[in-house]
Amino acid sequence: MDAYVDGTRHQILWLSRMSKNPMAVAGSLIVVGLCIVAIFAPWLAPYDPQAIDTWHVLEAPSRMHLLGTDALGRDCLSRLIYGARISLLVGIVAVGISTLIGTFLGALAGFYGRWIDTLIMRLVDIMLCFPTIFLIMAVIAFLEPSIWNIMVVIGLTSWMGVARLVRAEFLSLKGRDFVLAARITGASDMRIIFSHILPNAVAPILVTVALGIGSAILTESALSFLGIGVQPPTPSWGNMLTEGKNNLEIAWWLSVFPGMAILITVLGYNLLGEGLRDALDPRMMQD
Amino acid sequence: MTHPICELRDITKEYHVHHSFFESGMHKIRALDRVNLSINKGEILGLVGESGCGKTTLAKIALGVETPSEGQVLFSGRDISHLDRTDLKEFRRKVQMVFQDPFSSLNPKKTVFKTLSEPLSVHRLCPRRHYRERVAGLLEEVGLDARVMDRYPHEFSGGQRQRIGLARALATGPEMIVADEPTSALDVSIQAQIINLFLDLQERYGLSYLFISHDLNIIQFVSQRVAVMYKGQLMELMPREAFLQIPGHQTNRSICPHHPYTQLLLSTVPVPDPDRPVAIKEAWRTKDGLEDRVPVRGCAFSSRCKIATERCRRERPLWNELTKGHFISCHFVRDLCYDSRACDAPISYGKRDR
Repeated sequence: MDAYVDGTRHQILWLSRMSKNPMAVAGSLIVVGLCIVAIFAPWLAPYDPQAIDTWHVLEAPSRMHLLGTDALGRDCLSRLIYGARISLLVGIVAVGISTLIGTFLGALAGFYGRWIDTLIMRLVDIMLCFPTIFLIMAVIAFLEPSIWNIMVVIGLTSWMGVARLVRAEFLSLKGRDFVLAARITGASDMRIIFSHILPNAVAPILVTVALGIGSAILTESALSFLGIGVQPPTPSWGNMLTEGKNNLEIAWWLSVFPGMAILITVLGYNLLGEGLRDALDPRMMQD
Repeated sequence: MTHPICELRDITKEYHVHHSFFESGMHKIRALDRVNLSINKGEILGLVGESGCGKTTLAKIALGVETPSEGQVLFSGRDISHLDRTDLKEFRRKVQMVFQDPFSSLNPKKTVFKTLSEPLSVHRLCPRRHYRERVAGLLEEVGLDARVMDRYPHEFSGGQRQRIGLARALATGPEMIVADEPTSALDVSIQAQIINLFLDLQERYGLSYLFISHDLNIIQFVSQRVAVMYKGQLMELMPREAFLQIPGHQTNRSICPHHPYTQLLLSTVPVPDPDRPVAIKEAWRTKDGLEDRVPVRGCAFSSRCKIATERCRRERPLWNELTKGHFISCHFVRDLCYDSRACDAPISYGKRDR
């Protein structure tokens, strides 16, 4: 029984260290709050986000419409709440795709080395040469701009950082004795990669995931702002900004609140990511 | 007649080292130079030599995780470089390793149970529901409480981890274990326990060990035969009895003649006697004007040897069998013998292996 307790204590060591970092706590709260908002959007939103009300067009924030209404009389707060769903979905799916690709390719490159490594790393270099936003725009030009396409394309164009990171981790881990021990035991390459090396590389991957979600949300907002992302009438923070900019002089709330939402969300993920990095840093581990 | 379980034949290993970015070409580093060695069934073969002399490389080649540049490794009479998939797996089951560093040899993310049950699942040695039972048995075998199996490696001391490492090696039911300096990272008091554990297990299962160490006392204690290595070449191979005659520990001179390098090695063993001067002799320093580099053809020790001649730098000495089972790789075996006076053993210049 005490063995179990000991094991658990080791597992939550980094959690307790993170809870002592106020920035990390703030980041976690923002992210958790955002998730709650996204999940319970239908119950939290006071109005249907797509209901047009021509009697209340461009109304300033009031008790009836807490964050005002837009040019079609839709409730800004409700659209913002539903927009959180899009942001979160895009962030998670896009980063999920990029992490899977990046981890897999990085693991192959780091583990096998030689020409496989050269091939994959040159591919990374080539991908990094393209300015991401133009690459995405070029791809979207061929596909129809839908939220799913956006997520896949963002995922496919942002795996390079993860690949490099995982490769570096694998390079340092594959020389350790326990890897050699596994090989001597007769374990297959796939078993060594996924069961022995990868679990030891999880910490840095987790950090890039958190930071990556923030930047994926930012990319999605930028694309939606440019009109090639999430298409109206589906609310996304990016396309809310676009609509807001047309009435910037008379309705500041249309631009400010979606902008704030993006800012706070990305900030939340970045704080969480950096908090994780500090908490998981082996140099700060006291074994 | 004892049968060799593992034979290393003419093993040479070269590493190619690239020059810096701005220079072209590369040079070769010869980590092992035509090493012949065999480990008999149920035997503990000790391998000594200073750091960087190729002991670990030799171990890895014997385990089949490094391929030699030349030469072959025979296990139970079969060349391991030509094994097919199933036979290779069977070979992996039969040969295991215990590592020097008990801290990096266990996966920090796996509990003891996971570490020890992996060999069972890789080789399908028993049904999954018996894993816990089997792991508990292994832990008891190496003197650990079976209840610790759900702990992580960082919760154990160095000696305990080394026991876990030994349990992992035993899990597959091996015939040979390569122990690469298994005690050098441990406290002296723990070393004795681990050594005794090694010997107990060897007795119980009839294991063969290739026991690598740079600690001469341990080598003397465990080994039945001792091989001495210097810069990738084998210098001497002798039965334990021959190695036991430490010159410093005797009032008279060594009874058995040794290779000059072995003499140097033995003379560096500290003797707890304040009247004895520290025994590193000037004569063993690298000679002026000679590079401390292994000559391509000659004896690796020739640049430091006090009796070396031009011939030693040109020509690799052969294995000379001094007495039965005692081989010395030196051109001047006869002189070594006369030098140590007491040698009555007949010298036969039989050429073994080469």
